Amino acid sequence: MNSPQPEYTLAREASGTSTLSFSGNWAQGHSTASFSGLQSELQSSRPERLTIDGTSLGAWDSIFMAFLLRCHDYCHTEGIALENRNMPAGVVKLLAVATAVQPFQPGSDNQHSWLSNINLGQLLGKVTRNMRESLSFTGEVTIALSRLIRGKANTRFTDFWSFCWQAGPNAFAIITLTSILVGMILGYLGAVQLKQFGAEIYVANLVVIGMLREMGVLMTAVVMAGRTGAAYAAQLGTMQTNEEIDAITTMGISPIEFLVLPRMLALIVIMPLLTIYADLLGIVGGGIVAGGLGVSPIQYMVQGESALSFTQISVGLIKALVFAVLIAVAGCRAGINSGRSSAAVGRAATNAVVTAIVYLIVADAAINIIFQHLGI
Amino acid sequence: MTVSAPVQIEVRDLTMTYGQTVIQRDLSFNINHGDIFVIMGGSGCGKSTLLKHMLGLMVPSRGDILYSGASFFQANEAEQGAMRQRWGITYQSGGLFSAMTLAENITLPLQLYTNYSAAEISDIVAYKLALVGLAGYQSYYPAEISGGMQKRAALARAIALDPQILFFDEPSAGLDPISSRLLDELILQIKESTGATVVIVTHELPSIFAIANNSVYLDNVSKTMIAYGDPAQLRDRDRPAVVKQFLTRSAAADDEDRL
Repeated sequence: MNSPQPEYTLAREASGTSTLSFSGNWAQGHSTASFSGLQSELQSSRPERLTIDGTSLGAWDSIFMAFLLRCHDYCHTEGIALENRNMPAGVVKLLAVATAVQPFQPGSDNQHSWLSNINLGQLLGKVTRNMRESLSFTGEVTIALSRLIRGKANTRFTDFWSFCWQAGPNAFAIITLTSILVGMILGYLGAVQLKQFGAEIYVANLVVIGMLREMGVLMTAVVMAGRTGAAYAAQLGTMQTNEEIDAITTMGISPIEFLVLPRMLALIVIMPLLTIYADLLGIVGGGIVAGGLGVSPIQYMVQGESALSFTQISVGLIKALVFAVLIAVAGCRAGINSGRSSAAVGRAATNAVVTAIVYLIVADAAINIIFQHLGI
Repeated sequence: MTVSAPVQIEVRDLTMTYGQTVIQRDLSFNINHGDIFVIMGGSGCGKSTLLKHMLGLMVPSRGDILYSGASFFQANEAEQGAMRQRWGITYQSGGLFSAMTLAENITLPLQLYTNYSAAEISDIVAYKLALVGLAGYQSYYPAEISGGMQKRAALARAIALDPQILFFDEPSAGLDPISSRLLDELILQIKESTGATVVIVTHELPSIFAIANNSVYLDNVSKTMIAYGDPAQLRDRDRPAVVKQFLTRSAAADDEDRL
């Protein structure tokens, strides 16, 4: 089949009547005319009736139908009567289907503008709303916890153990890597400065105190926020999408007791254990660096032991407990409040990690200031 | 519409398994060009699994599926891609990309596989949405519209590239009878005016009799197909009894009566 170019001609016939004739192949692979040209022609000739003639129309597909629909819509708004002449039956039928329902006029609430996202007032409102929601969520969790203590909560302990397993042993590898490296980084940091005073031996004090009070628990918490907090948000978000949370609620079970408590308790149990593990490995990492500076392992251990005290360990462990709660709240809240689509689940996971890390750093600073004033 | 070569789907000796479990065995049937073909059967008999095999999402453990005489599973990746471009598919739960607006959902295949300009694509998108009665909903996200509208939007995306074969997995599941009938009519009208072959998985009896001209019945017990042909004729036959029960919605007879 030869391929004549798709064309249209607009001819004036009697007064007020024009004929729009199509010819050629109006199909994919041919360069078809755009509607704006025809629109200006129609605007200048202003017919009352328009006959569309398909006598010499060749092949046609959706691009022709799209053109015809634009034409139909224009005639409809301008009050031009439209008639068919020798149009293929398929075209007539499809046009009838496409124009059976009036186009919907979206309201103004559906404008997705990115500018509205950076409005400072709205941003502040969002932050305060976020914090208020977190607080009320923590309140609900506290109530659920008190019900659990009184033995009234619908919390399944099989869930608890499986979350412990996911959060704990499965995280060993990554915690091992990060803590050794953080210990080494602390060691180097101190070594460069202490060497100027000939006090390399005090690298041990720096690493032990630094790991126990601060870095061990903070790094563990950041890893857990990314690993476990995001996983909680994604799990609960998907459950929201599948209407599982609705099912739990209508069974008369509190989603907080059933879904949030086991996850939070698992983190509360696992975080201190992982922190102790991270502290030990960090101290080993610092020891490797100290060895490179000529401090023997025995010296490092003896010096380190002098810095070690129950207070330092418990500061880290208290932080671990606080961080565990914060990560679980951020993750579970993002998941429970997630929307019901895959994009919303993604946003929930991002939200969980970002919120958790902000909470961690703010809480860490606050705890340090309080301990400073208390002299701990 | 361009006249295309008759597309024939040929299912040959197909056996489907999940691991060791046989879902259905020895399925052999043809779908002719222009058919509206229904895959029916009780819940859990493997209807959707059969559709997944036909779509190449699952690999048969034995047998083959031929499109216009060419095997899908022996074709290389480029040939499979070319075959898939001629298909339009709607999934059980819509399968619309939730992070994209309706317009973006329909634009995606057009951008990938056609050379149309942005203005032409936006006209085509408007036309496809108008066809399914969703004109004006371009900037909406799937989550912002109702379930019935999502089904229709999925249909608009499926027909974006003027496919030769349309696959529907339970198109009217979860719709009220009126919406479901409207969707059937829409499928029928689009099929008639574009000449596409339609393959539908469903167990909605009104749909089956309203639109299908050919069908296959998958049996849950014998794990194979036990009836093949026009559903209206299958209903008027007495055997297999279970097919007649299915199509007339009558209570189960004795088990000996099954085959």
